[in-house]
Order: sequence, then C-alpha cells, then structure tokens
Amino acid sequence: MKKLACFVLLLMFSPLLRAELVIEITRGVDNPTSIAIVPFYWSGSGYLPEDVTGIITADLDRSGQFKTLGEGDMPLSLPYKEDDIVYSDWRRYGVEYIVIGKIEPRPEAEGGGYRAYFGLYDIHSQQALLKKQVAGSSDTLRNLAHYVSDHVYEVLTGYRGHFSTRVVYVKASRVNGEDYYQLLVADQDGAREQELLNSSEPILSPTWSPNGKEVAYVSFESTRPAIYRQVLLTGKRQKLTGFPGLNSAPSWSPDGTKMAMVLSKDGDPEIYVMDLESGELTRLTRHFAIDTEPSWTPDGKGVIFTSNRGGRPQIYRMALDGSDLKRLTFEGDYNARGRITPDGKHLVMVHRRNGVFHIAVQDFLTGQIHVLTTTDLDESPTLAPNGRMLMYATKEGNRGILAAVSIDGGVKVRLPSQNGDVREPVWSPFQ
Amino acid sequence: MSAGNVVYFDFDQAEIRPDAQKVLAEHAARLKGTDKKVRLEGHADERGTREYNMALGERRAKAVRDYMIFLGVKNAQMEVISYGEERPANVGSNPDAWAENRRVVIK
Repeated sequence: MKKLACFVLLLMFSPLLRAELVIEITRGVDNPTSIAIVPFYWSGSGYLPEDVTGIITADLDRSGQFKTLGEGDMPLSLPYKEDDIVYSDWRRYGVEYIVIGKIEPRPEAEGGGYRAYFGLYDIHSQQALLKKQVAGSSDTLRNLAHYVSDHVYEVLTGYRGHFSTRVVYVKASRVNGEDYYQLLVADQDGAREQELLNSSEPILSPTWSPNGKEVAYVSFESTRPAIYRQVLLTGKRQKLTGFPGLNSAPSWSPDGTKMAMVLSKDGDPEIYVMDLESGELTRLTRHFAIDTEPSWTPDGKGVIFTSNRGGRPQIYRMALDGSDLKRLTFEGDYNARGRITPDGKHLVMVHRRNGVFHIAVQDFLTGQIHVLTTTDLDESPTLAPNGRMLMYATKEGNRGILAAVSIDGGVKVRLPSQNGDVREPVWSPFQ
Repeated sequence: MSAGNVVYFDFDQAEIRPDAQKVLAEHAARLKGTDKKVRLEGHADERGTREYNMALGERRAKAVRDYMIFLGVKNAQMEVISYGEERPANVGSNPDAWAENRRVVIK
C-alpha cells in the first residue's frame, strides 16, 4: 500500500494569468479518495478563458483528501451528461467518484456570462450524489469552478468547502536597495492576487472583518505604528488608532462590531477592545508583563492572548471584562499567537520544542499538544473557516514562504512566492 | 572614539547588559543638560511571533530609556519606537544574525 501520496502541481492554467503563489503538495493523506473531474463540455464558441476542470482538479488535490485522475488516465469516452456515464468503464479505472459538467453561455437578457450544470456520481452505487447548476457574469469563471469544488468537497467529506475563500498576506521585498512592503489578497489557490496597500515602512498583523469585506492591519507609513481598517472593494481607509507606543495586533470580533488590539499608551503592552461604532476603548488587562496577540473565542464572549506574566510567553483566556482569567498552555517555554478552531475544540499556536518554533495544535478536552510542522521558524498560523486546513509562514533559506497543513497533520502543502518574503497569511471567512 | 549607537540583548530579554553600559553612558553624557532629542528604536530577532516581538522591541527601547533617565537624561528628550522583527540588521537565520538583530539603536 502506498504510504505517502506525493505529487506536484503547478498552478499555471493560462499563459495570461500567472498565479503569484505556486502551490505544491508535499504530502497527502494515506488513502485518498479517487475522483475524476471529467473535462467540462463548453457549448459556446471559441475557448473558455479559464480551465475550469483544471481549477476544480487542483482544488481537490490541494485538500489532500483526494487523488484526482489526469485526463490521459481516463476512459476514452468522456461523458458530460448523466445518461452517457458508463459506470463499468470507470470502475475498471479504479475510480470511486466522477464529476461531470457542462458550461454554456448565459443569454445577455439573463445577465450574460456563463451557466454551468454539474453532477457528482458514485461509481460503485451508480447514483448521483449531487446535481446543481450555477451561473455568473463573465469574470466569475474561477468562482464558478471553486463553487463546484466546494459542493463536491462538502458531499464527500461532510465539511463545507473552503475553495471560494481568500487569503490576505504581507510581502516584503527590496526595491533599489529600499524596503518595500505590500499587503496583498489572493484566492486561496494563489490566483487573482491584488495589492491592497504598499509602503516603504512595515505593514503587519492583517485581520479580516467577519463579513470578508474589510481588513484591518498595522502600518508604519507615518513612521509610527497605527491601526487602519480598509474596505477591499473601494480601498476606503480609516485610521483607528495612532497612540504613542504600540498600536498592534488588531483582531476583529466575530460579530464585526469590535476590534481587540494591543496598546502601550498607558505604559505596558495591554489588551484593549475598541467599539467600532463609538471608537470607545475598554482596557482588559492590567499587568506589567507583555500582553499581546489577542484573538476572539468563536462565540465572541472572550479573548485569548499571549502573556509572559508567568516568566515565559504562554496563552491565556479571559472574558471581555478581563475576568475569568485562565492559563491555557503549560507544555514548553514558548506558546504564542493562539487561534481557536471554529468548533472551539482546539487551540492552534506557535510552540517551541527543543529550541525550534513549530505550529502545534492543542486539544482542549485532553490538553494534549500535537506538533503539526517539521520546519523551523514557523509562525502566524491561520485557519480555513471550515477548520480543516491551516496556513502558516515559514522560512526556506533566507526567504519567507507560506505553507499549509491539515488540522490532523496528514496533508502538507507549500506555497512559495516567486519573489520577496511572504508572511502573515490570514484566511478569510466564508464569502 | 565613539562606542557606537547600538546596544544588544539576550533572547526574550530586555535587561541592559553590562556590555551596553559604556555606549549608554556616552550618549547620556552627550544629551544631559541639552535639548537634544533622540529616537530609541527597539528590535527583536526573527524567532518567536511578530506581535510578541513588537512588544519585546518596545520593552528593550524602554529599558534603554529608563537607564538613560537614571543617568540624568530627560524623558522628553527620548522617543521610543519598536520595529519588532520587521527591520533586521542582518537578514541571516543563524545565531550570529539573531544576536545582531536583538538591539536598540539610538538615533
């Protein structure tokens, strides 16, 4: 039996559109589900501007849960209608499931663009598990492909698909001997990268608004740190803080009305919560130690944070009035930047073991810590909104790259950038 | 001869080391009784998390500020800013580079 499924994917679907991030799967699950994405039939004229079949295939491969079939490994007759599926053919090829589909031009009267019909079929039971149609304007073919992936993934794994989500991240490079920082957003597969901000001064600590329409971050553009919020679509920005000292680590509340942050305006780095409507600040911590990296509990009723009040950085939780303080981590002498999984069952964090910084996950029920990564200098873990995958920043040589791992540690993916230092990925909410 | 304008720190520490005292004494002597202003830029090495390092960099710059106040420099003459691990002096990922990056620069 195959112990490791190793395969490499280059995300370059079209000569015109080149993804900035190249995604390589370095390890998949032991027994991936075998699935064939049969090339979708295009009933319009000319060629589609995106390889929809390729996008779906890459999505499912990257999840690590599936082993997809290349077109060259498929039976000769490739169906796009249910009636044309010859189940015995596919069974002979060892395929468990197939996805078939058809894309047609949508009449201008209905908004133009495309309409796709697709279905997921179980080869063994010879039954349709999913039949759907979806339509979108002419610039949404990639969305349409990710929509198919999301639904196929959900039917086969029971978890909502995360393929229509995006990632915001920071890239640092040197241009003519000067530092150049960019805040970038891209699809979770690295495609359609867009710049949100650039500066010769540091940009860091991005966080998404829960509706996925805004980001907040720290920018040193005024030569001092300040927290800003920015609308993705319009670029409209608002400066939230610019106090003397630290203005750091913004974290948007799950209901969208508040921002947790770190300010040192009163002396020591403390956790505050800002009401975004009134701008009013509530101070949550009062301690001479470093208190930083606030992140909300999924129910929005509490905040976890990093503090060295016990001598070394460890993760704590407290209620929104600062009460009910509880230390969450005890294993090791450096546990920081915690994030709680959407189901509230696990804590993901940066964990130092034998002097090496890894990403680890702690089970709240058992207290057990499981180290997920094998590299050093791993940081900034961020969870997909379905909690199944987490992305993080690591180093390769002297360069920062992004990588991803499944929450159970079975699947590993590298996302090296073509240039510059890429860091601080933050996975968007469902959109 | 000048002792320079950079002082160094141990990992996850913000204590003024004995080897920093000469540099700080020289700057204190230069600033004391004047209206001259300086900017104290705190930095951390790349190990550990970015936001924690931002706080650590500020700790280091404030430790330098407090030491200079002890030597007679006025608080108002000094501005503290932390760059955390964002502005390394040495971009390498090794113990020598890290030691070079755990610093406060007096500007």
